[in-house]
Amino acid sequence: MRLLVIALLFGFAAAHLLLPLGSLQEARAIDPGLANLLLIELRLPRTLLVLGYGAVLGISGAALQAMFANPLASPDISGASSGAALGAVLGGYWLGLTQPLLLAACGAAGALATLALLVTLAGRRADTATLLLAGLAISLAAGAGTSLALALAPSPFAFYDAYDWLMGNFADRSLAQAAAALIPAGVAAALLLRRAHALDLLALGEDVAGSLGLKPRRLALEVIALSAVAVGACVSVAGAIGFVGLVAPVFARWISRGHPGRAMVPAALIGAMLLALADLVVRAVPLDRPIPVGVITALFGTPLFIWLVVTMRRRVTA
Amino acid sequence: MTSLVARGVGITDRLKPTDLRVGAGELVALVGPNGGGKTSLLRALARIETASGQVEIDGEDVDQAPLARRRQLLSFLPASRDVAWPIAARDVIALGLDRPDQCRLDELISLLDLEELADRPVNRLSTGERARVLTARALAARPEILFLDEPLSNLDPYWVLQFLSILETAAESGQAVLVALHDLSQLHRFSRALLIADGQVQMDEAPAGLMASERFEQIFRIRAVNGAWTIRRAEDRRSLP
Repeated sequence: MRLLVIALLFGFAAAHLLLPLGSLQEARAIDPGLANLLLIELRLPRTLLVLGYGAVLGISGAALQAMFANPLASPDISGASSGAALGAVLGGYWLGLTQPLLLAACGAAGALATLALLVTLAGRRADTATLLLAGLAISLAAGAGTSLALALAPSPFAFYDAYDWLMGNFADRSLAQAAAALIPAGVAAALLLRRAHALDLLALGEDVAGSLGLKPRRLALEVIALSAVAVGACVSVAGAIGFVGLVAPVFARWISRGHPGRAMVPAALIGAMLLALADLVVRAVPLDRPIPVGVITALFGTPLFIWLVVTMRRRVTA
Repeated sequence: MTSLVARGVGITDRLKPTDLRVGAGELVALVGPNGGGKTSLLRALARIETASGQVEIDGEDVDQAPLARRRQLLSFLPASRDVAWPIAARDVIALGLDRPDQCRLDELISLLDLEELADRPVNRLSTGERARVLTARALAARPEILFLDEPLSNLDPYWVLQFLSILETAAESGQAVLVALHDLSQLHRFSRALLIADGQVQMDEAPAGLMASERFEQIFRIRAVNGAWTIRRAEDRRSLP
């Protein structure tokens, strides 16, 4: 199962980097250097960003689900992605920041603010309804805040400009931008992975975890802060992408035999794979205008989300 | 030999600072009315909450013990039998072990008769079945002290007796066992009983003496009549000195 996932991931990554082959061959025919340039300067940042962002969504989704003890917690449902988008919009259009790393910091700050608000409103071990409603309220508020910030932004092009980015876009990102997203996100994700065993023990309840010497409150704060940094940095460069962080951990727990902490590594692989697939779809659709990646993940993710809610409800009534 | 020494353990508003010594091999029951502080005392002793005071097990300060050592010192079974995730029963028990140990795992599965349930997701089991799985987890690392919050609730009569015999075996092997208990009919199986009410230990003696005392009846608001517990009436209370 694990090997299958890794093989599929490599397949999608290679396809994402190399397809369409035609334009690479054309470039090679003109000048071999041009083909390399196309591959390294244009295709590689996009592939790295797609794989990295997908992995980050998988890891932070799995970590948030483990922490909230709820399979519906995720960067998008919790409002963290919307908060990150608001943070990046404020930083970019109001503070006039252009440095990718500063924008990533704004994204992380926005995500942190929304996650902190969510825990304050719903609590650490919230029931599903409270978690969803609080997350929904925060997402809506952050979304409205983003629209307002764009509408009133000093630059008249802000709204149009942001459309391409807000719902996820990987086109024309530079290596510097990819690095600004992926280096902080990678560090945060690695620190999250170190907490896998603690998050597995948390599955036995906060009291058992506490008796084993863990500090559930501190663990929760760490998961929130690290997820916020990881997701916020990626959102600031490639926009808010939904459902991958929700769905990847669900499949990952089939591989980790239900363990929520151990699910982080497979969730990273599955998240990377799903986002690569979604971005391949975006590139394959023969339209004049590119569609945002977030639209594709939402189209495929919504039915899965509904299935998840229905199976959860059945389990509760059973 | 004294195994557990607690000095001034307390939790604000729920447990007054309490001193307690428990020897290796003791089987201690914590009884008392609802909300009296049984669970709070167990939690404070297991150092779950930021409780005040200090707990030493075999002379080692529990708060200072590294994570790997904690498992060998103590384990805690909460009254809640909920597990949020569909983890196989076998894997839940394995979470109680420091390192994979198939031998010990099989031993625990057989001890709690879990062979047929071992590969089923724990959150799909009945409450009583989950109690057996979670107890196996608590026993797994053979800690010095077992803190068990209502281990006998949700169990059928066969398993109540099995559990008591498992706890007695643990005590005989030198572990100290502290059990919050509601079923007074099993109290005689314990070597020592603590009566806890209003956030403090009110009495600490052998079960027979405890149950025979006026104080016990007063606090529980019940009394033994012809070998059965009945509710104490208001006039009984008034007749007290």
